[in-house]
Amino acid sequence: MPNPEKSQFLLVFRQAELPVTPSPEEMQKIFGKWMEWVAQMKAEGRYLGGNRLYFTGAVIRGSAVTDGPYTEAKETLSGYILITADSPDEALRIGKQCPGIAWGTSVEVRTIEPLPIT
Amino acid sequence: MSPCPSPDPAPGAAGDRVAAVLDHLFRNEAGRLVAILTRRFGTENLQLAEDVVQDALVRAVETWPFTGVPDNPTAWILRSACNRAVDDRRRARVWHGKQPLLLPLVEDILVRGAPADGPRFEDEVKDSQLRMMFVCCHPELPEESQVALILKVLCGFGEREIATAFLTTEAAVAKRLARARRFLREARVGTELPPGDQLAPRLESVRKAIYLLFNEGYKASQGPTLLRQDLCDAAVRLGGMLAGGPFPDAGPTHALLALLCFNMARMPARVDPDGTVFTLGRQDRGRWDRGLIGRGVQHLAASAGAPELGRYHLEAGIAACHTLAASEEETDWEGILDLYDLLMQVTPSPVVALNRAVAVAKVRGPEAGLEALETMEGKNTLRNYHLMDAVAGHLLMEAGERSAAAIRFHRAWDLATLDAERELLRRSIVEAERP
Repeated sequence: MPNPEKSQFLLVFRQAELPVTPSPEEMQKIFGKWMEWVAQMKAEGRYLGGNRLYFTGAVIRGSAVTDGPYTEAKETLSGYILITADSPDEALRIGKQCPGIAWGTSVEVRTIEPLPIT
Repeated sequence: MSPCPSPDPAPGAAGDRVAAVLDHLFRNEAGRLVAILTRRFGTENLQLAEDVVQDALVRAVETWPFTGVPDNPTAWILRSACNRAVDDRRRARVWHGKQPLLLPLVEDILVRGAPADGPRFEDEVKDSQLRMMFVCCHPELPEESQVALILKVLCGFGEREIATAFLTTEAAVAKRLARARRFLREARVGTELPPGDQLAPRLESVRKAIYLLFNEGYKASQGPTLLRQDLCDAAVRLGGMLAGGPFPDAGPTHALLALLCFNMARMPARVDPDGTVFTLGRQDRGRWDRGLIGRGVQHLAASAGAPELGRYHLEAGIAACHTLAASEEETDWEGILDLYDLLMQVTPSPVVALNRAVAVAKVRGPEAGLEALETMEGKNTLRNYHLMDAVAGHLLMEAGERSAAAIRFHRAWDLATLDAERELLRRSIVEAERP
């Protein structure tokens, strides 16, 4: 089970245009790696949850609402997961194992700031 | 959607299990979905269907690790593709500005999404794939394009993989496919099954393409083993689909399938792990795949009753004689020679004549075999074919003419390109030159 005592980290995926088009068989391999990566995090009890995002959405800024994300943007926010880790370094190590990186996904690793103890 | 399977404690094992359960899942799904969408969008939008499916597959790669693989992956990918088409602003790029034309079709798929989970949907998939076979094997497309198109569109092979299989460049494959797509678009090739009067020749084109596809995989002379195995599997799968189609005479298709099954059954014994190639006589028959031999026999039985014996019946008969024999000595060589004689009437070719000469030698002795080689038609077209010299060398050895045999083996060695075959010939040379 996830240990709530540990620090939590948010891994944010941003999807860039694929550098080359993988064939279905190559996708099968990438898929296997993703499955392993997630299974590993679950086996270590550090996987708290995650989701993929549709590419559509809206951005509210002031009184303006615009469609988002934008086709012009090089990278689109495509998903996130929440994990536990002992340290930012460990979270970074795990993030580096994300199989999508080889295919142009960027992973932003952020520490969740704990609530102050009252 | 099924829940994610509970994670295996050993991640490596989990990965293996996924690979085993979902063997070629993406390739198969690509083939199924491109067929469905092309049928709905028309062949002029083949590229579009391929792009949309590609896009949705990438999405699946990144989503399923978190959600688990859905019970009906096809329905998931189809809906994902259509959702993207409707919602995604990036569609402008993927859809080449064709949304106004195709959006109603896409919305129809989304609205009628429910049938995608039922057996009728599977019928539609099968029917679409069958139609795509005829599209890909349009008689006005060059045969090499037909095979490339089948691999790309129906079997989900990538251009790189096709290039590797055909010993060509990715760019050449891309060009060949682009030309084929353009032809389909410009000739307005429809996805309906050929009408009655055109059916027989069109079926023959499809069988021929499946046969060529199989031979690409079966050739021991090129490409990685796994890829070659995949080509053979694809050919057998497509043949099975064709045999199950709503056509009056499935005899020749079953004969073709019998041939493919018999040949494939022997593949495990043809090459050993260090790459040594074994000729039929030296193969360990215990390593032949009994299941495939059984399937071959079933298809051969189903092929009977056809109005005439075609090339596939004859070739399957020859393959059956080889594969069902307990040993090289117990092979029914007379039966094989009879079948080759008939085959020479149906589809005469130098390669058939070369194989016939081997059967002649088995039945009437090496001198008769050499005579058959010497007098065969089209001998010159095979003058740079290493097997011509290899066969002659073996027959000369059997006739006791070792120095003449050595000369032919040397020549065969010069012409052969594959290391494993050269190794085989090197041993023959040593044998022939032994004092």
